[in-house]
Amino acid sequence: MSDVSFVRTEMLPQQEPPGSSVGVVGWARANLFDGVTNSVLTIVSLILVYFVLEGLLTWTLQSVWNASSLTECREIMTATWGKTHGHACWAVINDRWLQLLYGFYPPYPAEAGVNFGENTGAWPAYFRPNLSFVLLLIAVAPVLFDKVPRKLLIVTAVYPFLMPWLMWGGSIWSPLMAAAGFGIGFLAYRLLTPVIGGLGGIIAAIALPVIWWLFLTGIVAAGLESVVSISIPEVESRKFGGFMLSILIGVVAIGCSLPIGIVLALGRQSDLMIVKTLCVGFIEFIRGVPLITLLFVASVLLNVFLPPGTQFDIILRVLIMVTLFASAYMAEVVRGGLAALPKGQYEGADSLGLNYWQAQRLIIMPQALKISIPGIVSTFIGVFKDTTLVSIIGLLDPLGLSNAIRADAAWNGIYWELFAFIAFLFFVFCFGMSRYSMYLERKLHKGH
Amino acid sequence: MTTLTDPPKASFRLSMLIYDTRYRSLTIQAVAMIGFMLFAAWLINNTMTNLETLGKTPQFGFLLEPAGYDINQRLLDYNSQDTHMRASLLGLLNTLLVAVMGCITATIIGVLVGVLRLSKNWIVAKIMTVYVEMFRNVPVLLWIVLAMAILIESLPAPRAFRGENPEATMNLFDTVAVTNRGIYVPEPLFSNSLGNIHLLGQSSLRFDVSVDLMAFLIVLGLSIFGITKVNARAKHIQETTGERPKTIWVNLGLFFVPTGILMALLGFHLGYPELKGFNFKGGTHMRNSLIALWLALSLYTAAFIAEIVRGGILAVSHGQTEAAEALGMRSGRTMRLVILPQALRVIIPPMISNYLNLTKNSSLAIAVGYMDITGTLGGITMNQTGRELETVLMLMLCYLVISLSISMVMNWYNNRVKLVER
Repeated sequence: MSDVSFVRTEMLPQQEPPGSSVGVVGWARANLFDGVTNSVLTIVSLILVYFVLEGLLTWTLQSVWNASSLTECREIMTATWGKTHGHACWAVINDRWLQLLYGFYPPYPAEAGVNFGENTGAWPAYFRPNLSFVLLLIAVAPVLFDKVPRKLLIVTAVYPFLMPWLMWGGSIWSPLMAAAGFGIGFLAYRLLTPVIGGLGGIIAAIALPVIWWLFLTGIVAAGLESVVSISIPEVESRKFGGFMLSILIGVVAIGCSLPIGIVLALGRQSDLMIVKTLCVGFIEFIRGVPLITLLFVASVLLNVFLPPGTQFDIILRVLIMVTLFASAYMAEVVRGGLAALPKGQYEGADSLGLNYWQAQRLIIMPQALKISIPGIVSTFIGVFKDTTLVSIIGLLDPLGLSNAIRADAAWNGIYWELFAFIAFLFFVFCFGMSRYSMYLERKLHKGH
Repeated sequence: MTTLTDPPKASFRLSMLIYDTRYRSLTIQAVAMIGFMLFAAWLINNTMTNLETLGKTPQFGFLLEPAGYDINQRLLDYNSQDTHMRASLLGLLNTLLVAVMGCITATIIGVLVGVLRLSKNWIVAKIMTVYVEMFRNVPVLLWIVLAMAILIESLPAPRAFRGENPEATMNLFDTVAVTNRGIYVPEPLFSNSLGNIHLLGQSSLRFDVSVDLMAFLIVLGLSIFGITKVNARAKHIQETTGERPKTIWVNLGLFFVPTGILMALLGFHLGYPELKGFNFKGGTHMRNSLIALWLALSLYTAAFIAEIVRGGILAVSHGQTEAAEALGMRSGRTMRLVILPQALRVIIPPMISNYLNLTKNSSLAIAVGYMDITGTLGGITMNQTGRELETVLMLMLCYLVISLSISMVMNWYNNRVKLVER
């Protein structure tokens, strides 16, 4: 027999893991104090975080909210805490936040020069920009989230015409007539196709609205205005400013650049040599120069390129250039999506007998755009951030306004509070967009 | 039985230009070409008419007129009597200077942050996430003006360094003075200098070449050449005998001894900044505008580079790490020899576009008064001469050339490290 003196006959009961490897202690040991280097890093980081938070929280929270000038702010600080630095003077935001948000846009839907006295801040102050913003949210909701009722897409379709009217004011007939151009194009296609054939229908559907917009819209709108006058007071472009301006430029550039970018990307991917060369030339040119040079073009050169005597306002010129800029980047992102699509998808579309546009619409684009969502959103974020550059050519975006506020004797020398406020607002928008892109990626992930 | 007959001979009809796919592409291209040419002609015609009305027919003669403004941060000699062309050249050099400095620091910070963001240490990873999100989601222009404001507002003025008991002291053993007018660092001086070579006489493109620097570079190049030879020999010996001779001391000697001897011969010493009167004298003066731009651009771009690096490392499959561990490699060598070379292939293309972005963003120098090419050619020269078309065109051309050359160089590098497939 063997010498084994002891053999266990029953299984041991399962034991709890040691106390040092579960719970908070276990987590901290695994993630913070795993080895000497890691522990040192943790301690150094903790000290760093402590000092930053200590300074930052004191600065943010122990602050002055009510003062009419920086000097008064400093007096209050000296009286309360005995020193003037290390505490924020949010009074400047309290004093000027309306300006930082809306620039010099008139608070009331009214003529210039009308003084509202003590009513100036009351509802419906800034009714028009606020309504535009709310409508914007409603208009993009059905595009962004598929749980929103589809009927809201009507708002999306109307918005491009409604927004300029609300913001710039004037007669309602101009945006209505501009929208009518699309109706004319649609009708022309429907009615003329049976008569003059498919190709003729398409040409008519493009040519007639263009003629309408170029030559007739103004006359018809003026005529209708003289018959039935429905108009709201006009607001000049130079009064636009603040975050309203950033959002306006950002939204218009983003909205227009996606379709233009898709067309450019298709052109760049196509077999037609001349079309391809033109698209490549445009994209590489725009991507090779900084936005600021394009803004210089907008501010000093664009009028030179147009027929003599053309004068149109600086915001429109900036919108055009920023849109062109964004389109080139968008085209590259979409092209990346097109290139990433397996060749089998193109061949599959061909073998089903789809023509080029059908294949693009039903098979290629849905997949290519899905692949390029992260890139598209980061282009959006980039464009939105780049709207700050307009301050260099003298438009009053938040950064431009911060200089204007500093030029006021009461707030001369105030930096951090203004920068913090502006940075915070940009951060909220951009961070929100990047989170949305992550959500969309997860949602559209149809793979395993 | 079947007989083969030729299909009916298709004669060319005009409608085939539209309905036959063989010819349709020609039609489309012809229409596109005509449309483009008409559009271009329309633009050029408008421009010519407008410029003639304004009395500003395009010409570049203004480039040879005296500029009449000063450039405070400069790499070549310049005075306000020099031509606009020289001012533009100095601006271009300033652009390149800040772009190169920015790319280097952005890469260093970005790689560091990207690797640390993947660290197992929870708090370090979180801090890096906060850094990346903070910089990526706020406009770069804001960071630039903020950096400038910090430098001007929070650093001591030169007079704070004065007196028996100064409020501020110089850093790094009294060699570097950090003031609100900029940073003064020691400059290299040679007491037995070999002098400079003037090139291109008195023209707008004249520049000096320091013989000392050339001599230094030549000796350094020879040293590095020697080191590669030594290493090649070591490798050869390792491959034949299996043992690698120790080369570290030879290499260090080769690197430092010749350059050291040369420096001693030239009488190398550092010129330290000193407080004289109201300001520091001596040393190299880096202006606030340069430092603010450099800092802000590096930190901003580094946040993007960090994300690229993180993505690149995550793209390498975990099996590679495990295989390296199975071979008994330590984590440092695994990173250096296995992960990074593979990650680099994913990292390089987006890195190129970030370098390009940094270079283009350096045009925001105009917001802090750093005289880069946008500040000279696109700023003061344009405003003084009123030649908007010419200056903006030249400005765009400069940036295009820079962008295209950077992407060419980086694409060449990318092709070199690219995985060669069948």
